[in-house]
Amino acid sequence: MNAVAITLICVGALLATALLGVAARRSRPAGQLVYLLCLVLCGVMLATAGHQLFAGNGDAVQMQLPIGVPWIGAHFRIDALSAFFLIVINLGASAASLYALGYGRHEEAPERVLPFYPAFLAAMNLVLLADDAFSFLVAWEFMSLSSWALVMSHHRDPENLRAGYVYLVMASFGTLALLLAFGLLAGPAGGYAFGTMKEAIHASWLPGVVLILALIGAGSKAGLVPLHVWLPLAHPAAPSHVSALMSGVMTKVAIYGFIRIVFDLLGSPDWWWSIVVLLLGSITAVLGVLHAVMQRDIKRLLAYSSVENIGIIFIGLGLALAFATNGMAAAAALSFTAALLHILNHSLFKGLLFFGAGAVLTATGERDIEKMGGLIHRMPKTAFLFLGGCLAISALPPLNGFVSEWLVLQAILVSPSLPQWGLKLIVPAVGAMLALGAALSAACYVRAYGVSFLGRPRSDAARNAGEVDRLSLSAMFILLGLCLLTGLLPGYVIDALAPVTQQIAGQAMPQQSTIPWLSIVPIQESRSSYNGLLLFAFIAISTLLAAKAIHRFASRAMRRGPAWDCGYPDASPQTQYTGDSFAQPLRRVFGEFAFLARERIVMPKPGDPAPARLEVSLRDLAWDMIFTPIERSVLFVAEKLNHFQFLTIRRYLSLVFVALVLLLLVVAIWP
Amino acid sequence: MALIGELIMQGAQMLLVLAAAPLLLGFTRKVKAWLLRRKGPPLVQPYRDLLRLIRKETVLAENASWLFRSAPYLIFAATWVAAALVPTFATGLQFSWTADLIVITALLGSVRFFLALAGMDVGTSFGGIGSSREMMFASLAEPAMIMIVFTVALTAGTTQLSEVADFVFAHASLRVSLALALVALIIVALAENTRIPVDNPATHLELTMVHEAMLLEYSGRHLAVIEFAAALKLLLYVSLIACIFTPWGLAQAGGTPAAYAMGFITYLGKLAIGGFLLVLFETSIAKMRVFRVPEFLGAALMLGLLGTLLLFVSRSF
Repeated sequence: MNAVAITLICVGALLATALLGVAARRSRPAGQLVYLLCLVLCGVMLATAGHQLFAGNGDAVQMQLPIGVPWIGAHFRIDALSAFFLIVINLGASAASLYALGYGRHEEAPERVLPFYPAFLAAMNLVLLADDAFSFLVAWEFMSLSSWALVMSHHRDPENLRAGYVYLVMASFGTLALLLAFGLLAGPAGGYAFGTMKEAIHASWLPGVVLILALIGAGSKAGLVPLHVWLPLAHPAAPSHVSALMSGVMTKVAIYGFIRIVFDLLGSPDWWWSIVVLLLGSITAVLGVLHAVMQRDIKRLLAYSSVENIGIIFIGLGLALAFATNGMAAAAALSFTAALLHILNHSLFKGLLFFGAGAVLTATGERDIEKMGGLIHRMPKTAFLFLGGCLAISALPPLNGFVSEWLVLQAILVSPSLPQWGLKLIVPAVGAMLALGAALSAACYVRAYGVSFLGRPRSDAARNAGEVDRLSLSAMFILLGLCLLTGLLPGYVIDALAPVTQQIAGQAMPQQSTIPWLSIVPIQESRSSYNGLLLFAFIAISTLLAAKAIHRFASRAMRRGPAWDCGYPDASPQTQYTGDSFAQPLRRVFGEFAFLARERIVMPKPGDPAPARLEVSLRDLAWDMIFTPIERSVLFVAEKLNHFQFLTIRRYLSLVFVALVLLLLVVAIWP
Repeated sequence: MALIGELIMQGAQMLLVLAAAPLLLGFTRKVKAWLLRRKGPPLVQPYRDLLRLIRKETVLAENASWLFRSAPYLIFAATWVAAALVPTFATGLQFSWTADLIVITALLGSVRFFLALAGMDVGTSFGGIGSSREMMFASLAEPAMIMIVFTVALTAGTTQLSEVADFVFAHASLRVSLALALVALIIVALAENTRIPVDNPATHLELTMVHEAMLLEYSGRHLAVIEFAAALKLLLYVSLIACIFTPWGLAQAGGTPAAYAMGFITYLGKLAIGGFLLVLFETSIAKMRVFRVPEFLGAALMLGLLGTLLLFVSRSF
């Protein structure tokens, strides 16, 4: 039995588990059983995909089932690219299922989550398996709808209702774009299998149009600015283990769609399309993190930060596209590897962070960081694990987020040899945006961690919080361990990605695991190298040395006392720096152009005992400039068309007649 | 055998930066006092300060967490490792390929991350203000630093500091983009080390302070370790500028003992000159308001970007 068959059976089993979820209703053991089954099935798929990528050397296996559209059938296939994504998806899904075994017990409406959770997992795996446009789109839509149902699981909250609505509209819009893209690729002959599409010869205008459609379709799912608007609404609305899946894993399925269409199915587009991808990627990276810094809701903060990371991945893909269209295969392999590594990394640490946010939510019942504080004392294990996630996502060595950003920066340093002026001028700016994004993301996570876990408790909920269950903690622990492992031994991961890069970029990065001391050397040693393991060892040894030396030779005396605070010890935790005050300097520096930040001070009249107020307004420019005008014009047109609903029969008849004549005219004139 | 020699050289560099950092701090304070026509503390005063602090009892705030207590050691260790990865008296040491210039920049980012968290741990308003402003400065200083790294790396064709030094040594000539990078690097170094136009290392109990505000709750051995890390960071930036822009005198890999001695003496000379110039600049300029700093750092970012852009464009000729 080949890998495709095993995975398909697992997908079928997941769908059966969904039925079990329907039957489970509110029963707790049945709910646990559902998550346990998900864990086992995802584990099996993870092992299958891993075996396929490592032992099968990334060779493709395929299968055809006589279901779906009669004359097409359903094609399924696992090649190196889909095997890699299957690993990423099922790793995240297994961790989320393990976490849900603990976390799911606190779910208030399990009957609204249990049926859709396995279905969502099945749909994501099916997207990766699909080898023809029809099954791809069906699976894609299935994924959108099941995740929509999960977003709506807490449907009593009016904010979630709106989130669900916006998500549904954006998802259908995205699928429409993908449908058109596949239609163009298939051509008039209607070769809907991916294999046929690859061989088809396209008109010269077609690759650009398909690329734009793929950017819209996959980009709207991944959260590319300006199509990101649904993401910060929908991701936080779902239960935390689903948020982790949507942010960490589903966005990766969207990126898979983009890579599959643009790098695999499409011939080579013109070089200047890479500028579009690069620009969108860098704008996404900076705007996403700027929004993240301003958020008070911890899950929304994480969702915006996902937008940033998607931007980084698209920068890597844009560079790969630029190099590939210029025939620089080695550089393309480097940038593509960087993007793939960041895909893996982001799925690891974003899962970890969402799990942490879920733990905090369970412990305090709060998502607003301004009502937390001091959780490091009450939830020490979660605090430690969350800190690890913050370090990893802020691209700090020696954790994994740094490695992929370092590789992207190395790829940018190769780009002066690109022949086109447009790229020469744009790439340094992209590098600056990337660095800006990384620095802001550190600020964002210092704020998130400092306000929620450090300091003194700001509310009773935070004061009485307690540590979460062991299963949730172990899921976080596993992810943090993987983050550290990927950061310390990136060479092995890069080598494992070689078949994928070979398939897409036509060349792989030089083999890393044979380099002495396990360094990574993207091009050659005299150019750049990095050794996370040694760096970690050095820091660990010097920390121990310093601590030992001081404790051995100097004073060990220690006393606890009230905080010094410049001689003004205050009684109230309200005097702490809040998240908003932490973000204020950044709001002042970047706010005006990024989100038209306005501050207004409302002073009461003299003698009025009312408090003075500071009002801050931040706007998401994508809403203001794109979506609100669209919404308004749709409403306007609908309003006008409304008149046609109340016509007399004679008018309807004349309308039909005019329409008929017009249509006939069109047919007559049409060449 | 060769490996042992290399390890000894690496160890020597680690000890050298450790020994020289407080001395550089003492030297800058002394020169500053002279320029202000004061007598100034003796050169070894920073060592005495550190020793005294280490011997004192530590007073912890009541709600300080494990993060607060472990952060000083992590900050010190990461800064020490970073400082020891910059070539001081010799290039091509055994472990110089562990980390390139980008990694060193990011390592300092980790240091800053922990320092900012430590500032927020006790939950006082001063700590928060310090962390918030530090992260705001960093959000501009770090991209500026990356652009400087780009300029240097594109000129030399490598991000390895040893290779950069060898390249500049071998192909010494005036280059516009390197000059831009130098100016930008000086601005970043001033900001990162909380020197005068950005922050004042001598102030205490002022609303304008940034770095000191984060350390306000530290005392005793913890404070000593953090102060030591700050001294190491100053040394790191002076050695970084010296290594990239004036690599003369650096011993090459596998050089004679005489070459190493020569490298050692020139390094001390460079430190003295760097410290002197820093103080000269500091005494001739006033501290700026906090919200002028982003403009100052933005200038560095633009200079770095300009330098990179010039190199990108000039490659095609």
